[in-house]
Amino acid sequence: MTEKKTTIELKKLNKKFGDIIAVNDVSLKISENDFFTILGPSGCGKSTILRLIAGLEVQDSGAVIINNKDSSFVQANERPVNMVFQSYALFPHLSVRDNIEFGLKLKKISNIDIKIRVEEILELVKMNGYDFKLPSELSGGQKQRVALARAIVNKPKIVLLDEPLSALDANLRMEMQQELVNIQRNLKMTFMLVTHDQDEALSISSKIAIMENGKIIETNTATNMYEYPSKKFSAEFLGRINIIEGASSLIDNRMLFNSDTFGKINLERDIKLPKDGVLGIRPEKIIIETGLNKHKNRVSMNGTITNWTYYGDVSYITIELKNKSKVYINVQNIHRNSLQELNIGKKLFASFDINDLIILEK
Amino acid sequence: MKKRVQHYTPVNYAKNNTLKIITFIFLVILYLPIINLIMFSFNDSKRNIVWRGFTSKYYEKLFENEMLFLAFSNSMTIAITSTIISTFLGITTAIALWKFNFYLKKYYDVALLFPIIIPEICMGISMLVFFNYINWPNFQLWPFTLSSIIIAHVSFIFPFVAIIIRARLSMLNNEILEAGQDLGASKYQVIRKIIIPFMSPALVASALLAFTLSLDDFVVTFFTSGPNSVTLPVKIYSMVRFGISPEINAISTLLILIIIICTYFAIRFLSKSNREFMK
Repeated sequence: MTEKKTTIELKKLNKKFGDIIAVNDVSLKISENDFFTILGPSGCGKSTILRLIAGLEVQDSGAVIINNKDSSFVQANERPVNMVFQSYALFPHLSVRDNIEFGLKLKKISNIDIKIRVEEILELVKMNGYDFKLPSELSGGQKQRVALARAIVNKPKIVLLDEPLSALDANLRMEMQQELVNIQRNLKMTFMLVTHDQDEALSISSKIAIMENGKIIETNTATNMYEYPSKKFSAEFLGRINIIEGASSLIDNRMLFNSDTFGKINLERDIKLPKDGVLGIRPEKIIIETGLNKHKNRVSMNGTITNWTYYGDVSYITIELKNKSKVYINVQNIHRNSLQELNIGKKLFASFDINDLIILEK
Repeated sequence: MKKRVQHYTPVNYAKNNTLKIITFIFLVILYLPIINLIMFSFNDSKRNIVWRGFTSKYYEKLFENEMLFLAFSNSMTIAITSTIISTFLGITTAIALWKFNFYLKKYYDVALLFPIIIPEICMGISMLVFFNYINWPNFQLWPFTLSSIIIAHVSFIFPFVAIIIRARLSMLNNEILEAGQDLGASKYQVIRKIIIPFMSPALVASALLAFTLSLDDFVVTFFTSGPNSVTLPVKIYSMVRFGISPEINAISTLLILIIIICTYFAIRFLSKSNREFMK
């Protein structure tokens, strides 16, 4: 496989606002055609990274390299990047068409080319026929489409999306997520999104970076980030997880983990648990059994249901084991009447495969 | 029989007959004198009491009256000059209050309202005293004879302009300006291509308003005008002292006409600017 071209490279980027460290020593590489997502809780500095790339803020130290060119001190209007703002930031006094043309007109592109490109983009975002509407006459989803069109029509090296879908309702958000991915793939563009929505990050990105307190905790592909996270914070932030604390030892090059919850677990892996490392198991990897499963690759448990949250397609239940520790299980709602078996207070057996255990660093 | 229940919703005033009558009386009192004034400007009589047939001779007489023409051209010169100056001052004040933070900004904000709140008579007298105190030269050469009136007008008109433009600018948030920059506009282009087009409806509206405020001002002008700088409202006042002739009706009608036209366009531009934010 050939190495993909790097579109954006951040080198040891730092930014402070007064006493608050918004971006702390961030280094990142974003390759061409990636759909790169920065996922993190509110106020972790993820939007600041976008603004640093766009040139709307100036870093205290470090470098922003766009297309192999050091752009750290290039003005925002001269960077080949375009942003979709959280509030859409459409020009309220301009029509949809004038909004989309704004960037092209500044680039002194001929009128005929502008017309062709705007038509193409309007088609692409399904907004043809709305050319002469004012932003105030559009719905939230439509404003979103115009904001996106206004950014991609300039063919930037990277499109920066600052929580663009957070103002939309759940169904519309899902629809727009799918459309974003389609547009990104069809146009072969590089997208960078920041969001605090885990589902959104998982469903649309090719790569995810998890961020906390101004620092990038971990970067990985979307599936690996969920299935093989290496940090406790990222495992807990992206989806749910049961953390299993305990101590480990190596016997015959095999790891033996003495857990507080499940007793001794024989991990058939010849790796050593990192210092203050823990194990984790995703709730959907645990299945309900009719009895105690004695298979050597499976860890079994039995306990009482203490909590049950119903989501329609799935239910999250909490069971309490004999040693008072709690385990979360995600149960698929396969049959309508399977709900009846999930009463609070009911005793049940469950088990999981030791290969599904995740080793996490604190 | 079923009892009829009448529903009143808080905003359904149009169906309330009492309110309709009150509104009607109000409009009659407000507009009847004006209609009367306009009507008698076409009356073929020296007195404004009995209708003696249609004539336009008083309008013709107006154009022969050199003193009136001088007062009219004084008024127009003052109105145009003070509109230009107060629009410029209004824009810069509005931008300063919108975009920048400076020492005592909060108080400056309130101080801006003073010329609007202070009774015009006080404003006029204070201007008179002020010009005396600083020994403002008594110019003999036109249009410098109008300088003190223009200064006085600008000082009470530009706050109106500033407030209208500032209200408009407050709808323009920082992200919109950043979006412009992000799309390739330099700082200068952001001003030229976003801020100015954005505030232009408010700009035109406030300029028209400034023009009418200056044109029909009497009190402040009365105190700041000299024998060489009589404006139309001041001239009308001095004519009234010798009795009301249809000529006064005619000149007043023309003044009303100019102001109605200006106000109509001012409202049109303001409502255009508001429409962008409706819904």
